[in-house]
Amino acid sequence: MTTAKSAKDRPAAGTGNGLAISGVTLRLGDGDSTVTALDAVDLSVEPGEFVAVVGPSGAGKSSLLAVAGALTIPDEGTVTIDGHDLAAMSSASRAAYRRNHIGFVFQSGNLLPALTALDQLRLVTHLTGGGKDHRDPQQLLEEVGMGHKANRRPHQLSGGERQRIGIARALMAAPSLLLVDEPTAALDRARSHEVVSLLAKETKQSAVATVMVTHDHDVLEHCDRIVEMTDGRLSG
Amino acid sequence: MFLAMRELRFARSRFILMGGVVALIAVLMVLLSGLSSGLVNDGVSGLKRLPVTAFAFGEGTKLDAAFSRSVVDVKQVDTWRTQPGVAEAEPFGNLLVNTRSDRDLPIDLALFGVNPGSFLAPEVAEGATLGAADGIVVSASALDDGLRVGDVVTVDRIGTKLTVIGATADQHTFGHVDVAYLPLATWQRLHAGAGPDDEVRPEAMTEATAVAVRAKDGATLNLAAGDSAAGTTSVTLTESFGASPGYTAETSTLSLIQVFLYAISALVVGAFFTVWTIQRKHELAVLRAMGASKPYLLRDGLFQALVVLLASTGVGVAVGVGLGSAIGGGIPFSLEAPAVSLASVLLVVLGLLGAAAAIVRIAAVDPLAALGGQR
Repeated sequence: MTTAKSAKDRPAAGTGNGLAISGVTLRLGDGDSTVTALDAVDLSVEPGEFVAVVGPSGAGKSSLLAVAGALTIPDEGTVTIDGHDLAAMSSASRAAYRRNHIGFVFQSGNLLPALTALDQLRLVTHLTGGGKDHRDPQQLLEEVGMGHKANRRPHQLSGGERQRIGIARALMAAPSLLLVDEPTAALDRARSHEVVSLLAKETKQSAVATVMVTHDHDVLEHCDRIVEMTDGRLSG
Repeated sequence: MFLAMRELRFARSRFILMGGVVALIAVLMVLLSGLSSGLVNDGVSGLKRLPVTAFAFGEGTKLDAAFSRSVVDVKQVDTWRTQPGVAEAEPFGNLLVNTRSDRDLPIDLALFGVNPGSFLAPEVAEGATLGAADGIVVSASALDDGLRVGDVVTVDRIGTKLTVIGATADQHTFGHVDVAYLPLATWQRLHAGAGPDDEVRPEAMTEATAVAVRAKDGATLNLAAGDSAAGTTSVTLTESFGASPGYTAETSTLSLIQVFLYAISALVVGAFFTVWTIQRKHELAVLRAMGASKPYLLRDGLFQALVVLLASTGVGVAVGVGLGSAIGGGIPFSLEAPAVSLASVLLVVLGLLGAAAAIVRIAAVDPLAALGGQR
C-alpha cells in the first residue's frame, strides 16, 4: 500500500468509505425541452472495488461520471465520497476536493501537449499547492511501466502509453475515487486489455474506488462488478 | 508558473512570432519618442531654459504667433514687477533673422533681447558674458552648425553687424533656429528695422515682445490680476511653447502616432491570447476537471503574457536605443530615459490589459467539456 491518507481525510461520521450515490436525478435542459439524464440512480463503490458502467451512447454514462466527479450537482439525491457531501460544497471547494480526492482518466489520455510524461504528474503537485502527500512521480511512472519514457511528450507516445500516463496522473494525489471515461476508445484490443488490467491492478493496490464508463465489452473481465445503464437508469 | 513556462518553451515559435511584432512596435516607439523629444528640444529648448514662470504678451495677442506679433511697453514691465508673488519681471524681445557670417556661412538666428545682468541673461560656457552693445551669446548648437566665437555676423537687409562673444553650454533653440542672446537696446533697434546709421523713432526704444515674469519660490502667480493691472495677456512658460513656430502641429502629430501604436500593440497581444486561449479550451477543461482553481489558471495565463511582453519589449527597446544612438546629427533626435521608460512601461501595461481581456475567458471554461471525445 502506497496510499497516504491522513486521519483528517476520513469522515468523522458518515455513510462509510468510497463513493455513495443515492436517489440521484439529473435533468439536462436545453430551452423548452428537458432530458432526464439520470433517473433515481443508486450506486455505491467500496475502496478497492472496480465497477464498470456499460450502456449505449446517450444512456447517461457521462452524466454519471460528471455527478460522481463533482463536475455537476444533481437535481435530486446525494453524492458522498468518504462521507463528504459534494452538494454542500461551493464551486471553488468542489474544485479543491477534485484535485485532492478525485482522479480522472479521460478518453485518449487528454494529456497536456507541452509537458513531458514526468511533468504531467508533477503538475498535479503544483495544482494542489503541495498541501497534500503525493505519490513520487518517477516511481509512479515505473509502476505503470512508463519509467523509461519519462521525458517524452504526448506526441512522441502511442495511444496506450498516453493512457498509462493518464492513469498515473489520476493516481498522483492518492485519490479516494478514480473516475475513468472510455479509456479504450482509441486503443486496439491488446492495448485495451493492458490498460484495463493496469486499472484493475492499481484499484487494488491503491485501495481506490474506481468507476469506469465503457462500451467495450471485451475488457469487462477485469472488473469486479458490472452495471448497465439504459435511459438514465442503472441495473446490475 | 509551472505550466506557463513549459508552454512558452513548447510553443516558442508561435510566441516568438507574436513577441516579434511587439518588439518591432517597441523599436518604433523608441524611435518616435526620440524624434518627439528631439523636435521638442529643437522647437522650444530656448524657452525651456529660461528661468521664467510666465510670459505676459500685449493685450489680445493670439497665442499661436504671440512671439512674433506681441509688443509690450517697459511701463507694463514695471506694473508686473509690483504684482504680488512676482520675484522679477524683465522685458523680453524676440526676433527671427537671417544672417551671414564673415566666413560666408549663412545662419538663421532667433534673437532673444534681454537686459545684460538680468535674470534672463544666459550662462556662458565659452567666451564672454552678455554686455557689449553688438556682442551676442549663441546657443551651443550654433557652434555645431559652424559658427565660432569671434565671428561677426551681418543681419540681412538691415546690415547690423553683431560679434559672437560667447556661447552657452547646451542647446538653446526656438522654432528649430539657434538662439542668439543680445542686449535689449540692440534688439530694439533691430526690431524697429534700423540699420547702423539709421535714426530710430523714440517709442521703439521702450518696446519689447513680452514681459518675462519669475515668481517667488513657492508662490503662485495670479496671472489674471496681473493682466488687468498691466493690460497684458499672459500664459505660463509651458503654455507659451504653443507660440513657438510649428510646435503644436509637430507634437500632436507624433502623439497621435504613439497613441495608435499603443492601441495596435494592445490589440495584437489581445488577439494572440484570444486565439491561444480558444485553442487550449479542451486542455483548460481537463485542468479544471483535475481540480485546478480558476485563480491558478488565470495567474498562469497572465504570467505567460507578462513574460512574453517583458522579453519582447526589452529586446525592442534595446534595438531601438541602438538604432537611435546611430542616428546622425542632421535629424533632431534625442533619447531621454524618462520618455523611453514611460513608453516601455505603457507598452507592457497596455499589452497586459489586452492579454487579460482574452485570458479572463479561462474562467468561463466548463470542466464538463473534458469528458467525452476530444474535439
